[in-house]
Amino acid sequence: MTLWQIISIFLIFGGAFFISVGSIGLIRLPDFYSRCHATGKADTLGLLLVIAGLIVYEGFSLHSAKLLIILIFVGLTSPTATHALARAAFRFGIKPRFKKPATTREKT
Amino acid sequence: MHDFFTFVAVYLTIVIFIPLYRVIAGPRLMDRMLGAGAIGTKTMVIILLIGYMFDRIDMFIDITLAYAVLNFIGVIAIAKYIERIARKR
Repeated sequence: MTLWQIISIFLIFGGAFFISVGSIGLIRLPDFYSRCHATGKADTLGLLLVIAGLIVYEGFSLHSAKLLIILIFVGLTSPTATHALARAAFRFGIKPRFKKPATTREKT
Repeated sequence: MHDFFTFVAVYLTIVIFIPLYRVIAGPRLMDRMLGAGAIGTKTMVIILLIGYMFDRIDMFIDITLAYAVLNFIGVIAIAKYIERIARKR
């Protein structure tokens, strides 16, 4: 096992970790906008890390160039799609969830 | 190295069931679409790893690129549809 394979194993493990964090945030967070935050950033970072690990494993060839194209495309479009969905939800009239003020908490 | 790719692909297949819960039990349409987008993201990773497992990465890379375009177009189309509903009322 060479050094490049060890680097790619670390990158792919990091990507799988971030994808798991994004998925857990998708079901644990209480609000639609916070769910957008979880899946828009953590999931994209995990996907980019996995593709970067595959580029390191592949080396310098045509396939790694195609993988680089996929990496740039996903890094541009995945946050764009999440942003469009969040803007549509805001215009649809979904209210964000705010913390209750401290005065009402003291009353109860 | 093939065993490692197989392990990561099986792990991500198990992780897919977590956004599937959000797709089934989401309170609104937007939550379901968000979960569907997350499932599409994980599916792209699994397709790439399957290409390395079968040693046919030249074919599976193009499938991944097409899947990325389809995922993006789908989410954008649903977002435009929701915005049109919001503008009508």
